[in-house]
Amino acid sequence: MRTADIVLVIAVFGASLVEMVEALTLVLAAGTRSWRSALEGTVAALVVLAVLVLGVGVPLVHYVPIDALRVIVGALLLVLGMSWLRKAWLRGSGLKALHDEDQIYADTVAELQSAPKPASGRDSIAFALAFKGVFLEGTEVVLIVISLGASSHRLVLASLSALAAVVLVSVVGAIVARQLSSVPENLIKTVVGVMLCSFGLFWIGEGAGLHWPGSDLAILALVAVFALATAIATRVLRPTVTS
Amino acid sequence: MKRALRAVGAFWWDFLIGDTPEFFVATLVIVGLAYLLHPYRAVASVVLPVVVLVVVAASAWRVRRRR
Repeated sequence: MRTADIVLVIAVFGASLVEMVEALTLVLAAGTRSWRSALEGTVAALVVLAVLVLGVGVPLVHYVPIDALRVIVGALLLVLGMSWLRKAWLRGSGLKALHDEDQIYADTVAELQSAPKPASGRDSIAFALAFKGVFLEGTEVVLIVISLGASSHRLVLASLSALAAVVLVSVVGAIVARQLSSVPENLIKTVVGVMLCSFGLFWIGEGAGLHWPGSDLAILALVAVFALATAIATRVLRPTVTS
Repeated sequence: MKRALRAVGAFWWDFLIGDTPEFFVATLVIVGLAYLLHPYRAVASVVLPVVVLVVVAASAWRVRRRR
């Protein structure tokens, strides 16, 4: 496995893990109303997402010129990566509240209890919440899978990495039957933000005709630069306490 | 159909622009710089990551100043 493939697997797996934990929180909250409807909503969203990967990803790989594809997906990854990196810097320095799945779960369940439940049949609120949660969080995963997979012609590897994260979160979620608040979500988000920026910039350069020094190893150098900048930024941005 | 198109548009607007339009503009600038600087790979390899870091730092610093 090449260096770029290993970094790709880590980036897709990490991003999918974070997004699926967020989706699981909403599915479990929907399950407090009706497990059957929540699971139906989850399966429906997963099917739509799989169709998106096949319908958009496969034609992209086969029909769009590789250099143009790399610039476009590199740009998408960079926009997403800078946004994740900024959030990581703000959370790391205490300027933004950490993502708290326990709080989100409690708030969502409380909100759901106020809505009336149907006497029989499908609970449309539970279905819609589970569908929306999995679909919206999953769309970001699909974008990352298609972008990283298509630009490096590793769509299958990227899809399998995302699938592994979905299976892991589902199995652990089923066992513990609660949101995965113990997953170090903020740390994973920081790592993924660093990786998305690195991949995005690398593919923009490659697509524009830039031959990075060290070829694929340049991705690791970019990861190191962005990680170091993150460590420095979280300290520099920390608000100064005045007595 | 109209509703679906509007939802797709809203998703892409939120994804690309959202509350950080500076990242979208910066990405366009970075793409332009990559095409412009690609013959000078040593310069490009330094300038492109620096531009990313400066943009993210400026955006984060703006939040800090508001506090």
